[in-house]
Amino acid sequence: MENEPLEILLADDDEDDRVFFKEALEEIKVKTIISFFEDGLQLMNYLNQPGVRLPNIVFLDLNMPIKGGMDCLIEIRKNNRLKDLAIVIYSTSSTDEDIEEAFVNGANIYIKKPNDFSALKASLTQVINLNWQYHILGFKKENFLFKINHV
Amino acid sequence: MQEHLDKLEAPYEITRIGDIELNGNLTPEQYNKLKLSIFKYGIEIIDNPSIAIANRIKEVIIEMVYLKDQLPSSKISAYIANSMNLSYSYISKVFSDVTYSSIRNYIILQRIERAKQLIIEEKLSLTEVAWKLNYSSVAHLSNQFKKTTGLTPTIFQRIIERRRNKELNPGNN
Repeated sequence: MENEPLEILLADDDEDDRVFFKEALEEIKVKTIISFFEDGLQLMNYLNQPGVRLPNIVFLDLNMPIKGGMDCLIEIRKNNRLKDLAIVIYSTSSTDEDIEEAFVNGANIYIKKPNDFSALKASLTQVINLNWQYHILGFKKENFLFKINHV
Repeated sequence: MQEHLDKLEAPYEITRIGDIELNGNLTPEQYNKLKLSIFKYGIEIIDNPSIAIANRIKEVIIEMVYLKDQLPSSKISAYIANSMNLSYSYISKVFSDVTYSSIRNYIILQRIERAKQLIIEEKLSLTEVAWKLNYSSVAHLSNQFKKTTGLTPTIFQRIIERRRNKELNPGNN
């Protein structure tokens, strides 16, 4: 079961950040398949296709044109088919307000975008571990709240 | 379950609750038949012995965190090794191979999860949670909570509160 690759989606309008993310993901030891979206609307259009295979984890940037990450998060949590998705907020913002707002709206994990590659790799590994453990252990979904701090 | 195993005409033994040992190998045909017939009950065959061991370790830890009084950390490894009848070094290697996480890390995660539950569901104060889970002090619990979840217990509590209010009054945020 854990040999099946994890399916990951990232919605982020910054191309450099997408490339950085992809490279970091390729270096961690868990097998993953990643798809990218350049704004929140593209992501929601993809997720709202009938019969689309749902990913294991969705990463959302907060500030994107057309539709931001917070709006996607709220829409996902209101949608019966999508509401159980594991959502990670992946943002340059680290204000207490943004963080608390994201969690209140149903985010599971909050990461401030790291500046260096090894911190990003470590954060992504941690996300995958936490997500995996939450599923395997059957922890209560409503308690799945983590903010990842870089060391 | 017994019924399905009997149908296969393969010798087996029920060793403990949740564990069945087959005396000898199944033919691929018998194997598939068993897999299909028990699948509808939500029972899965675990082919990989490492996964089975890791699952057992998790059960032992959960039992330890939820049912038993917390053991002094120096004795946790001995407790797990004894319960499993295997050496601790072997156990810890299998565990990290399968779960990508150390046993120590897993225990901390379980304890913090338990703390979250006590805060949310039983509405215990931090002092009560610290006492119940055998933390030496509230500060120790708060530190481990913050280190594990990135949030202080107080902020965590507030977020859960706000989520609940939102569910009750979806209109106003």
